Amino acid sequence: MEEMIGKIHSTESFGTVDGPGIRFVVFMQGCPMRCQYCHNPDTWEINGGISKSVQDILEEYAKYKEFLKGGGLTVTGGEPLLQIDFVISLFEEAKRRNIHTCLDTSGILFPVGVWSKKENISASEIELFKKYQKLVTVTDLVMLDIKHIDEQGHRQLTGFSNKAILAFAKFLDDADVKMWIRHVVVPKITDQKELLYRLGLFLGDLKNLRGLDILPYHTMGEVKYQKMGIDYPLKGVPALEKKEALAAREEVIAGIKKKRLDQKNCKN
Amino acid sequence: MAQWQKEWDGFEAGRWSNSVNVRDFIQQNYMLYEGDEEFLSPSTEATKKLWDQVMELSKQEQEAGGVLDMDTKIVSTITSHGPGYLNKDLEQIVGFQTDKPFKRSLQPFGGIRMAQSACHENGYEVDPEVVKIFTTYRKTHNQGVFDAYTPEMRLARKSAIITGLPDAYGRGRIIGDYRRVALYGTDWLIEDKKQQLETSLVRMTSKNIRLREELAEQIKALGELKQLGEIYGFDISKPAKNAKEAIQWLYFGYLAAVKEQNGAAMSLGRTSTFLDIYIERDLKNGFITEQQAQEYIDHFIMKLRLIKFARTPEYNALFSGDPTWVTESIGGVGIDGRALVTKTSFRYLHTLDNLGPAPEPNLTVLWSTKLPRKFKEYCAKMSIKSSSIQYENDDLMRATHGDDYAIACCVSSMRVGKEMQFFGARANLAKCLLYAINGGIDEKLKVQVGPRYRPVTGEYLEYDDVMQKFDDMMEWLAGLYVNTLNIIHYMHDKYSYEKLQMALHDRDVKRYFATGIAGLSVVADSLSAIKYAKVKTIRDEDGIVVDYEVEGDFPKYGNNDDRVDAIAVNLVRTFMDKIRKHHTYRDSFPTMSILTITSNVVYGKKTGNTPDGRKMGEPLAPGANPMHRRDTHGAAASLASVAKLPFRHAQDGISNTFSIVPGALGKDDEIFMGELDLDRLTDQ
Repeated sequence: MEEMIGKIHSTESFGTVDGPGIRFVVFMQGCPMRCQYCHNPDTWEINGGISKSVQDILEEYAKYKEFLKGGGLTVTGGEPLLQIDFVISLFEEAKRRNIHTCLDTSGILFPVGVWSKKENISASEIELFKKYQKLVTVTDLVMLDIKHIDEQGHRQLTGFSNKAILAFAKFLDDADVKMWIRHVVVPKITDQKELLYRLGLFLGDLKNLRGLDILPYHTMGEVKYQKMGIDYPLKGVPALEKKEALAAREEVIAGIKKKRLDQKNCKN
Repeated sequence: MAQWQKEWDGFEAGRWSNSVNVRDFIQQNYMLYEGDEEFLSPSTEATKKLWDQVMELSKQEQEAGGVLDMDTKIVSTITSHGPGYLNKDLEQIVGFQTDKPFKRSLQPFGGIRMAQSACHENGYEVDPEVVKIFTTYRKTHNQGVFDAYTPEMRLARKSAIITGLPDAYGRGRIIGDYRRVALYGTDWLIEDKKQQLETSLVRMTSKNIRLREELAEQIKALGELKQLGEIYGFDISKPAKNAKEAIQWLYFGYLAAVKEQNGAAMSLGRTSTFLDIYIERDLKNGFITEQQAQEYIDHFIMKLRLIKFARTPEYNALFSGDPTWVTESIGGVGIDGRALVTKTSFRYLHTLDNLGPAPEPNLTVLWSTKLPRKFKEYCAKMSIKSSSIQYENDDLMRATHGDDYAIACCVSSMRVGKEMQFFGARANLAKCLLYAINGGIDEKLKVQVGPRYRPVTGEYLEYDDVMQKFDDMMEWLAGLYVNTLNIIHYMHDKYSYEKLQMALHDRDVKRYFATGIAGLSVVADSLSAIKYAKVKTIRDEDGIVVDYEVEGDFPKYGNNDDRVDAIAVNLVRTFMDKIRKHHTYRDSFPTMSILTITSNVVYGKKTGNTPDGRKMGEPLAPGANPMHRRDTHGAAASLASVAKLPFRHAQDGISNTFSIVPGALGKDDEIFMGELDLDRLTDQ
């Protein structure tokens, strides 16, 4: 088989917040989204990055395996599934070596049409869907970023519909892939009770939900924008206070609880 | 002797009950604890009240400029002062270095000038009578050393290529086995020492005469220790009969040591699991409650936090403060595979909650992959909370020292009561490299300090040329360094012998001759720059190389890159091998540390521009750390580089100062949830 090459932004040998345990984190280059609060705008450009093979990555991983015993490999970005062939190949090799694999994705590229059985699906979309089916067989955990539960709000925040993302979550759940959901709470934009509760209702349906990270919006990304000479879309929006983040989490959990209880009552 | 003592009832007998053998006592009697921290008690009212008083005194001390009171008249000995208290009615564990807390003692045996200067700089003057005694009638360690130093040694000391030498104050780094006082009482220990003296060789070589004199000194010291107990109203001639006495007896042992010696590091040893045996016995018999047990420990730790010495401002600058390195080693695993973790291991760490975080005592966890899970979790939690715990690799050190060793200072390991060390500060290898380039001329003083070897003459530095010259210069430095230390330790033994601490050792101890190096990462990076980039020399009007221009990039130590890490590994082995070539005082076993926690800042000030691009005056990296901000591949890469350094060539320890914001180390436990138990959540 031809060696698979990926475009890599960078690697981190001691990731502690990107999945369980200490993790070797691979930041893939390139992202189709332009989320207003993105704190890694340097990973956007699709044609940047350094070329590395699956072998390169795993050799590097091996140098740190003593540190990574309780952790594993996390692929993030950018949007790693822009290079889905590379990720599949990397995870296949990793599973062969008994490495825990975690994928941090926005899910934005998921072929929602195939999944929702629309008509007039192109052959390439069907092809892509098959790749997703293969991907989930070698992925132990997906960290899925749900940026906005409301369709309109999502479009405003990211420039894209959230349909593919929500469908991807359901798809993962059907495939029995464990999920950690991440949600950034931005003052005024997503820090609204109603939205948080709705997110909870959606999550309550996912039986493979294993984690929930409510991330308070911070302004540390702004410096990178200045360095790159681009305008920061959320200029002036203050960071979210810890106690507001706690309250937001409570709201999401209230939604989850409600959904779960309803389901329980139905079954009874 | 060799008779069962009634204070031991309830303990399992063993070799320890026939002869001094604390390790055996621990192994026969300790109870492994694998649970969590739920059992711990909060601080009592008495503890809070005492600690408030301490905080108030600390505030006053700060306001007074760092020193609240100094003794200027009474020379500190084990029995020099009457009792001192914070609040006698509330203190469970008692004893201060002088007759009151926060009053620093007068210790002129290391050097009268240092003692005078420490007083003077803080606004006090040593009593003229004392000055007269220690200049006219009684010679000090410092005088002895300077009588014997060669001009070359003085110059090397002045230029700071050899630096931090204990030639004017106590060398420290000796750990008395203070547990022996609690387990046996002073009478037994005195009998034991008398027997050692009686059975010592009578062929009067200078070696045997010295041993006989030292044993006699030790016996006297134990007698004084007994008197120290009496000063506070305790009879410590017999073994401690309960937990409170055990802590008190042990503390008297330590207190006597710090009344007699003002060493740079006066470490405590490995006491928590030992004391746990007494606490468990009292708890089992219903004599005390958990709350009382914790109170004893809290008050003991409080005392250790109040150990203070009179220091000069230069000394404090070197160590960034006023440290005492009361290091206590906690945990570790026994050679039979059982972890040496007990409830009292938790109780010690719990003082960081009950009294708040503090750098002293230097709580050091002997970390092993085999420690109980719950203990590991508790350590991690307390580290995140307090940033006050030091970790050392037990799996590595156990192989060399067994399972009853402790750490002196930051990283120096030794078997308690069986091994000691001669502390030898460090040689500045960064400066040595500059000497190699400039043919022994000091780049700052602009005088010939090292031998007049051929300097580098080309415009660009050539790796092979520099390495050859550097090797020769290290050869010179190692010899000079070891011989300087030989003088220091000879004189320290002669004029400031640690009689009480050595009384709490076996007769025939193994002595380590501890050397050290500073500037490892600067030198590794410099050599890497010379090898992989181009380094241009910039000379002053006399042709001395005073600066460097690096053209191009080069691999930097701290990124798990073998090209440069191998240079660092090679440096450590090479310099240690050069140390090994020399005669060491008292047949001691040479070791080396790669350790500086704070003094790297001062060493940096004394070191000129270096070929790695570091500018004159910029700090060297602490210990074996990579240079600041040059480790760009994440923490594991940085740690992996350090981990390559060979312990067998740096047996006195390798330190790495690791900073990470708690939020990055573990997820914020309130906002991030990580694994989520949804079933439990919806059942609520």
